[in-house]
Amino acid sequence: MSKPIVATTALASCFGCHMSFLDIDDRILQLIDLVDFNKSPIDDIKTFTKKCDIGIIEGGVANSENYHVLKEFRKNCKILISLGECAIMGGLPAMRNNKDSIESCLKEAYQDSPSTINKNNILPNDEELPMILDKVYPCHEVVKIDYFLPGCAPRADLIWDALVALLNGKEIDPEYKTYKFD
Amino acid sequence: MEKTVNNIITHHANDKKRLMDMLLNIQEQFNYIPDDAIDILVEKLDLPKVHILETISFYHFLTLKYTGKYTIYLNDSVSAYMNGRKEVAKAFEEEIGIKFNSVTNDGLIGLFDTSCIGMSDQEPSALINNKVFTNLSPEKVKEIVKNMKDGKDINNLMKANLGDGKNSHKLIHSMVNNNIHIKKAILSDDYIPGSALLKIIEQERMEVVNEIENAELRGRGGAGFPTDLKWKFTAKTPEGKRYIFCNADEGEPGTFKDRVILTEKPELIFEGMAICGYAIDSDEGILYLRHEYKYLKKYLENILDKMRKRNLLGKNILGQDGFNFDIRIQLGGGAYVCGEETALLESTEGNRGEPRYKPPFPAVKGYLDRPTVINNVETLCSVVKILNKGNYWFKKMGTEESRGTKLLSISGDCEKLGIYEVEWGITITEMLHMAGASNVQAVQIGGPSGNCISQDEFENQIRYSDLGTGGSIVIIGNKRDLLKDIVLNYTNFFIEESCGSCVPCRNLIVIYRNTLQKIINGKGVQADLDNMLEWEKVMKMNRCGLGQTSFHPIVTTLKNFPKLYESKILEDSDIISTFDINSAIKEYCNATGRKPNIEE
Amino acid sequence: MKKKFKILIDGKELSVKHGQTILEVASNNGIYIPTLCNYVNLEPQASCRVCSVKVNGRPMTACTTTVRPKMEIENDTKEMNELRKIIIETMFITGNHFCPSCEKSGNCELQALAYRLKMDVPQFSYSFSNKDIDASNPKLMIDHNRCIKCKRCARGIKTDDGKDIFAFKNRGKKIMISIDNELAKNISDEKAQEAMDICPVGAILKKERGFIDPIGTRKYDNKPIGSDIEKLMEVRS
Repeated sequence: MSKPIVATTALASCFGCHMSFLDIDDRILQLIDLVDFNKSPIDDIKTFTKKCDIGIIEGGVANSENYHVLKEFRKNCKILISLGECAIMGGLPAMRNNKDSIESCLKEAYQDSPSTINKNNILPNDEELPMILDKVYPCHEVVKIDYFLPGCAPRADLIWDALVALLNGKEIDPEYKTYKFD
Repeated sequence: MEKTVNNIITHHANDKKRLMDMLLNIQEQFNYIPDDAIDILVEKLDLPKVHILETISFYHFLTLKYTGKYTIYLNDSVSAYMNGRKEVAKAFEEEIGIKFNSVTNDGLIGLFDTSCIGMSDQEPSALINNKVFTNLSPEKVKEIVKNMKDGKDINNLMKANLGDGKNSHKLIHSMVNNNIHIKKAILSDDYIPGSALLKIIEQERMEVVNEIENAELRGRGGAGFPTDLKWKFTAKTPEGKRYIFCNADEGEPGTFKDRVILTEKPELIFEGMAICGYAIDSDEGILYLRHEYKYLKKYLENILDKMRKRNLLGKNILGQDGFNFDIRIQLGGGAYVCGEETALLESTEGNRGEPRYKPPFPAVKGYLDRPTVINNVETLCSVVKILNKGNYWFKKMGTEESRGTKLLSISGDCEKLGIYEVEWGITITEMLHMAGASNVQAVQIGGPSGNCISQDEFENQIRYSDLGTGGSIVIIGNKRDLLKDIVLNYTNFFIEESCGSCVPCRNLIVIYRNTLQKIINGKGVQADLDNMLEWEKVMKMNRCGLGQTSFHPIVTTLKNFPKLYESKILEDSDIISTFDINSAIKEYCNATGRKPNIEE
Repeated sequence: MKKKFKILIDGKELSVKHGQTILEVASNNGIYIPTLCNYVNLEPQASCRVCSVKVNGRPMTACTTTVRPKMEIENDTKEMNELRKIIIETMFITGNHFCPSCEKSGNCELQALAYRLKMDVPQFSYSFSNKDIDASNPKLMIDHNRCIKCKRCARGIKTDDGKDIFAFKNRGKKIMISIDNELAKNISDEKAQEAMDICPVGAILKKERGFIDPIGTRKYDNKPIGSDIEKLMEVRS
């Protein structure tokens, strides 16, 4: 019997949730017995090569690339999990959400800050760059998300317990100590 | 300024419980409440500054900023929009040259929105320096603004005749019309002030209460609590100071019946209060008058004076030794929630109008912590009539569980807008016929906090256990967009008027509105409809009647007009309907000059 | 001596006296009813509605409702906890409650209630509010984006000579806490700490006190809110 396939990605985030994922210590050996990975930084597969059972999303949706990746995940994964505060509520990147406008954010970052040297006063506009969204969106405000594992970063035990539960067709019932928003 | 403020404080005997009056007086003097005035109040009344600011910032008509030499409050209720409010508002903005909620640079004119001002049968209307201007049109707005710029007196801003009945009395001097179509028990012309008092002073206190009990009178505010029980609870409390309040804070959008009673039959109300005073042994009554009806205050105070002169109020009323009762008028500050009886008491005590938790009920612990009866205007009028003509006479009208008559304020899409005093038990069909309404899509019974019914219920009756109502009836024709024109407006009204204390009333109602807007925008999904029904349970956990009903506009239409909602929702999808990538990148593209390059 | 009578909370029979509130009776008997705007030694206010229980089928706030004979109370039921969770969720999305950057995280009652009621994500969209953060006071910092308007500060914190420092301003969704900065700038360190402690969330912070407890040692890191009350029951039985 083939193993369930897991895909993971990091959108607008710090990769901390992935680090925490790796923090399951020696259980990572069991994990390899339990699942195969497809598109994920863990195996460095860049695009989906097959349909997956579980997609794990770290980070919120801050730009057009995040949006495309998230849509791909929704298309290719049966179950999607928002992992960590950024995926769940925008997190640190979303601290720009209550600022006046994108323009003022960009100006602050690239023109007006005391440490900036930007002789031509250009706001980043290269065609290769993803386009920045008006705010950082929690993933579930863009596509349907099935499960949410909070934390900044989520505790390794929480990620492990949740994955094991899902793989065994059980409800996720997190332990109190592992279920935190920070 | 210092002298003026000091005089105001002294005029109210340095009594911090009269803070509302002081603030209203200061506002009237300066068209705002200057910071220096607050400091004087802090010093003289020994009140914390944050407390005074708490009170000021709660009321719509108390402001910390100057509102202009001419202050315009244009009503934004459903009835106003039905009659061209949009064009009138635009005309005001264009003629004055400012947007709403601002004041001209020279301080001449301030333009503001306001919730229903009780003129639904003569909309669009506005309050300008507390004077009512009805049946406005863009042409009339032009005239008004021009006259303002010419510095004309408030009475000469617009050519208009004085209204009917007492509206033309010199102390009212208003263009408001009564529009009374049917008079019965309360509005009938056979009333002689003092006649009921003359009768009851021959009786024992309890006999009076018993007569009310036998008439099976229920409160006319909408909840329908038996009036005699309210009185008995208070009468049972240990001896001491008791208060009687008349709730003339009718703020339910679409209702204006108290305004007509206050104009035409104020003696009835005051006599009813005196009778209650006799029955429960109280010597002090307070009529809480909504700020929007301030134009009636002088007239009402004159009536009180006349009644005092005739010894219908004052000491030893009608020669009855020890029967002392007098009434003062407490003006509100512009807050719908103060129609809730405990919020009304808080307001009268000089606080923000936040409803209290119950128990204790006002009957036991009310104004200034003393036992207090609070009755609706119409209830008190019914009391006088019952004592005048006997409970049998009263019970012959209406139905078994809804005795007597009810004043309906009818507005909206019909020919004969105005006041109808009918017996309880009238069907909606009969009512619509009476008002000359055809092609009716829906009828809003009891205002936004009531029920929006469809044709399926037009054979139902207006009575407590069927279609209960405080009296606001808005008829909505077939051509109206029910969700956009009516439900959205009503929901916004509740958002504006919530006291903000209970979490569901403060937060969830905004979520309701946003969800409705989402559906109107064509982005709704089935889950939105299911959720809105589910949240009902949370809204019912709110403390007061406002919070417990503010979802009614949405939920009653969702239940009674399901197709209206269902036809607007989208199929379920993995992509969230409200997310739109193209509008999400717009701001960035504008800022950087890039062209959108999203490939789907 | 007042006569005792019996009431039921979630089917459990309790012997109670007139005059006590449902909340007091429950707490004394090791039953936890979630609260938020309630605070020890303050008059109840019943504005958060989180302590709502069903009394003979009708929702009532446990902090203000006194016990009466024949009361059958539903508290720790799926339905009540779901409704409470919705209330908590509305508070999360109305303000900015980004826990990882909040000094109160781990000691925050709103967060603790969300843990206890198992809120993984609010069902509503975040508003990302942009209200004032006021750090002008030498001792206190006020972040209005985190304020849940429980008014505990206004009710509990006064100057040494009894003057109010905090109150409400405005109404409805615009409601906020206002501060008398003149009075607040002269408060003692102890009073500032009291103000921070009385605030259930991270809206009132004493300066130089943020993040002082290491993760793992904070109030709600290991035990859910309410477990101190429930422990009472374990000890007795």
